[in-house]
Amino acid sequence: MEFALIADGVPVSEVYDVLGTEEGVARAFAKLDTIKDDVVWWEAGAQPPQLLADGEVVFSTAWNGRVFNAKNAEGQSFEMVWDGQIYDLDLWVIPKGSKNKEAALDFVAFSTATEQLAAQASWISYGPARASSEARIGTFHSDDSIKMADHMPTAAANFKNALQNDFEFWADNADQLNERFNAWLSK
Amino acid sequence: MADSQTASLEPITAADGTPLKKKLAQALFRSRVRAVSLVVPLFAFVMASFVIPILALMWQGVYNDRFSSHMPNLTEQLTMWDGLTEPNEKMYEALVADLKTARADRTIGRAATRVNQEFPGTRSLFTSTARKVKKLKPPFKESVIKANKKWNNIEVWQAMKITSQDLTPGFYATALDGRYTVDQGFVRQDENRQIYVKLFWRTMLISATVMGLCLLLGYPVAYLLATLPLRASNLLMIMVLLPFWTSLLVRTTAWIAILQSQGVINDLMVFVGITADDARFSLIYNMTGTIIAMTHILLPFMILPLYSVMKTIPPSYMRAARSLGATPTMAFIKVYMPQTIPGIGAGGLLVFILAIGYYITPALVGGQDGQLISNMIAYHMQKSLNWSLAAALGGILLAGVLVLYWAYDKVIGIDNMKLG
Repeated sequence: MEFALIADGVPVSEVYDVLGTEEGVARAFAKLDTIKDDVVWWEAGAQPPQLLADGEVVFSTAWNGRVFNAKNAEGQSFEMVWDGQIYDLDLWVIPKGSKNKEAALDFVAFSTATEQLAAQASWISYGPARASSEARIGTFHSDDSIKMADHMPTAAANFKNALQNDFEFWADNADQLNERFNAWLSK
Repeated sequence: MADSQTASLEPITAADGTPLKKKLAQALFRSRVRAVSLVVPLFAFVMASFVIPILALMWQGVYNDRFSSHMPNLTEQLTMWDGLTEPNEKMYEALVADLKTARADRTIGRAATRVNQEFPGTRSLFTSTARKVKKLKPPFKESVIKANKKWNNIEVWQAMKITSQDLTPGFYATALDGRYTVDQGFVRQDENRQIYVKLFWRTMLISATVMGLCLLLGYPVAYLLATLPLRASNLLMIMVLLPFWTSLLVRTTAWIAILQSQGVINDLMVFVGITADDARFSLIYNMTGTIIAMTHILLPFMILPLYSVMKTIPPSYMRAARSLGATPTMAFIKVYMPQTIPGIGAGGLLVFILAIGYYITPALVGGQDGQLISNMIAYHMQKSLNWSLAAALGGILLAGVLVLYWAYDKVIGIDNMKLG
């Protein structure tokens, strides 16, 4: 839905405001109508690289880490378009009443430290959540010639026109929009 | 008279002196206990792992206390409210009191999610107002509306009144593309949100199609299996069983490779010249793909019951019919086919019921018009976490299967079914 509005000319900063209105939803569906007959919808993250590699589709939305892996570890000739990317943050959660709360807190502190976040980036091209990690991002774990910093969604050149996934919006509207989306699909 | 009779007869006794009748009853009782105790583990297992979870989940489809258990004061006020007049100060006061405790206990999300299921967009209304709850001062009606003017919408309050009832027909209403409202009872959902009824019909249609195709393809195979000489039929049996033993996921993925627009079939057709390179058939990621893949996967479930029935039909019946003057077609239709009905019934019912609940294959190859109701149930179980709605959808599906089973029993008779 967000991509449809961006494609229809809505600036990324206003996407969720527009999508929050009835007209905005109609506008997104109207934009999707224009490509409805040519789209393959995917559900699992492994699908987009597969569909691209098979030539089933010529371009696709995808998790950038999957595309990076297909490109650099499997030698596929894919290119990324970062303009209008949607990014999301991953979070750690400790369930209430956990028996190992102390150990879990230790782990969270460890794994979100500057050094560890930067190290993670050499295994998968997902941006570290700390700005201080950025300078320490190294090379791909299996290939020293690939500088991971260039492949980060958060790299300055890639991050110019990015939209953060608004989970509060989706918590409010996911059920309703999912029903509408499925109704639209089966029309 | 009975007394005199028993008195006059000398009771027959066992070796230890007890009357034989009593001894026999004891022995019978003991063997019955033994028989029952042999079944107890299985019975307990089925109860604990199957019957009770199903009943518990079905119960969730009509009972949901997420709101009332976290918003007790407001629930009390809402019960007294008629649902039509302007919400009064007491209700606002109860709202603020409940938001305060819910925020302290961090349970605000649960109640808010429940209301959001009835009235989209209210989850953040609850959480954002709860964040400001300490600043809210009496009169609460004014300050709450000032904090967020959405509270002035009576529909929010009506949605809360609906959700405050623990025992609710609301989920079944949603599962049937409707809404349960305070003032009008059951109303139809907005047209652009109606989806579930359509999916139920599609599920029935696809299942029936798959069943028909399986019968059409499986019947000749089963016939060959039953009539060919042992060497050939054993080889054929292995060809039926090998895919049967192969993982469902592997077979679905294989169909993707075969059917996709750059796949084997399309390549072949372009090569032969049936279709142009830029007009390849879309055989997958739609209903066609779902039907093809499901038919292939469910075929053994049709062939095996058919085979087991056909194996028991003596070939002499057909010969007798021929010798009495029937043409081969006539003999087949009048003599052979009626005898295979138990197999057709068993295979058909098996395939249909499996198809109705099919989930992985349509999820992978269904694309935009090949999704089934089970995919929606999975969505509500795993993603939206609206288990009550999933239970309601599942309940309707279960009821549908039971109705079909009942109809089958009436038309053909369940005793007439042979599963193997």
